[in-house]
Amino acid sequence: MTAPLLSIQNLHLKMSSFDGRAHVLNGINLTVNRGEIWGLVGESGCGKSLTGLSISRLQPTPPAHYVAGEILLEGQDLLKLSQAQMQRLRGKRIGMIFQDPTTNLNPAFRIGEQLVDVALAAAEHDAGVLDCPPNAGRRARRIAARKLAGDMLARVGIPNAQARLDSYPHQFSGGMRQRVLIAMALIGRPDLLIADEPTTALDVSVQAQILELIKNSVNDFDMGVVLITHNLGVVAQTCSHVAVMYAGNIVESGPVAAVIGSPVHPYTRALMSAIPTRETKRGMLRGLAGSVPNLIVPPPGCRFAPRCQFALPACTAAMPAAVPVGNDHAVACIRVAEMEALVHG
Amino acid sequence: MLRFILRRLLLLIPVIIGLTIIMFAIARLLPGDPVALAAGPNATQAEIAALAVEYGLDKPVWTQYANYVSGLAHGDFGTSLLTRRPVATDIAAYLPATLELVFAAMIIAVAVGIPLGLVTAVWRNRWPDYLAQVGAIGAISMPRFFLGLLLQLCFAMWLMWLPLGGRLPIVVIPPPSVTGFLTIDSLIAGNWTAFTMSLRHLALPAIAMSLSPLATIMRMMRSSTIEVMQQDYVMTARALGLPSRKIITKYVARNAVSATLTVIGLYFGWLLGGTVLVETVFDWPGLGLYATKAIVSQDMMPVIGVALVIGLLFVFANLIIDVLYGVINPKVRYS
Repeated sequence: MTAPLLSIQNLHLKMSSFDGRAHVLNGINLTVNRGEIWGLVGESGCGKSLTGLSISRLQPTPPAHYVAGEILLEGQDLLKLSQAQMQRLRGKRIGMIFQDPTTNLNPAFRIGEQLVDVALAAAEHDAGVLDCPPNAGRRARRIAARKLAGDMLARVGIPNAQARLDSYPHQFSGGMRQRVLIAMALIGRPDLLIADEPTTALDVSVQAQILELIKNSVNDFDMGVVLITHNLGVVAQTCSHVAVMYAGNIVESGPVAAVIGSPVHPYTRALMSAIPTRETKRGMLRGLAGSVPNLIVPPPGCRFAPRCQFALPACTAAMPAAVPVGNDHAVACIRVAEMEALVHG
Repeated sequence: MLRFILRRLLLLIPVIIGLTIIMFAIARLLPGDPVALAAGPNATQAEIAALAVEYGLDKPVWTQYANYVSGLAHGDFGTSLLTRRPVATDIAAYLPATLELVFAAMIIAVAVGIPLGLVTAVWRNRWPDYLAQVGAIGAISMPRFFLGLLLQLCFAMWLMWLPLGGRLPIVVIPPPSVTGFLTIDSLIAGNWTAFTMSLRHLALPAIAMSLSPLATIMRMMRSSTIEVMQQDYVMTARALGLPSRKIITKYVARNAVSATLTVIGLYFGWLLGGTVLVETVFDWPGLGLYATKAIVSQDMMPVIGVALVIGLLFVFANLIIDVLYGVINPKVRYS
């Protein structure tokens, strides 16, 4: 069997700050195959965005410091590559989309020019990106890149794409800008797409369109996606798999139907029950008692233990390992058997 | 865009009125009798009175002002008591020298300051940055005339690489005047000797004038570059594999320059008004020298004329900057 598209193994990341070193990623394990959309969910500060930035090595070191672990892209450890080598992978093998479409396009350049530059940079390392002979001159490559840029805009659903290449970012709406950014992320035909809260800044109706677009692109480009979000609704709507993060750990992961349908980990269960339903009375929103732990002096053992209603003294002994509870479904909790009984009983 | 330019040109009218009123008031408030000074020590009262009549200086000040403004409408800036020539003729003769100097200084300041600002921003808080910052503080805090003297001492007296002052040595025949800029005129005439000579004469005063704007432009560019480098779109460009060099020199540079443009426009006017000392040190036959001589002999027409011309040029320079701002920043252009 060939190596999976992305495999993060036991990733530990510490972050230096004024108050000390925070252990922000505490042994992340995640495997993403082509065709899969993995939702990475959790509260703010749980390390989901950092995981995304770590994959493309965009987190500056210092202040970040990789203590242990591997990030394997088809078997190649990205943590061992230099920034120059990483630059060749970015845009070409790893595409990224960020949260706010209004600030992620350069306001001073036409979008066509920005798309063309990304395409040309990707073509430096894989001539197959552009539809022209590899030894073509600069001019021919630019023309091919511009044509590709127009095609990509049309593919992400921008009407009158070829003409819109000459528009500036401020001449697009927020949703359209996010489409442009998706086109830019996909123009180098990446194998892996990391989308960091791609719909958080958008209207709900536009949000659904963008998620649909990402979903369709997975099949068109035969890629894997890591979708970072704090919205379980987005996960249920879009993802094939989900990993729930809490304070630097993945506490539960697996196919969306299994994890959202029958959550096992106390944290996932608490998250699910916090979602208001039709029966929820006005003013009766349920939250989760307590707050996110301080990661400079993390709680011993399971980091969720201080807020967990099922916690035992044994929970503070060591961070529990992920235990399989079903097909691909894994939970990091020492009371997993009892929790499962609770779910099914 | 055209409407914008026209609107800005209309702004010139209040600028002209304001400048002339202020200058007339100052001329009136100054003690001393310029006509007596111009007539010479041996002139009789009758001769002085005749001269005053000749120049219209016997009339009440508001009549003088009205005459002056109506003259302005026809391009008449009045007559100099000292040179006895129309002020317009004098300014036409001296202005190109000053403009050439100011343009040369601005070209040096922009061509060096902007790349230096980018470089120090990228290498911030490392030794090239510290070196440039120390140099910048030195350049800003040193008076220009003193800098001029230092440069003369170093490059003209000790090293003898460059001439001490003037625009051209007497032995070199100046090229026919087309633009009034000796460097450009000699290029047009194909006169290589005159070109290199005028360039060598231009070098020291231009450098002396350029250092202060250069340092300011560099520091502006550095801080706006640092700010732009933290923008989301720079992260996106990095995340999508654009080479760092291209991100800095193309994408970051254009965004950072637009913030620096304003300073460039302001400095242009500041240099125009501040050429006096440098022109004196380098014996540069420009507006500054002309105005100084006029002020010393209380010859007010040239002083008012020079102030007007500098004021107009300042407004024009900032108009050009505003247009450039629209070229660089599409949001300004379309709204």
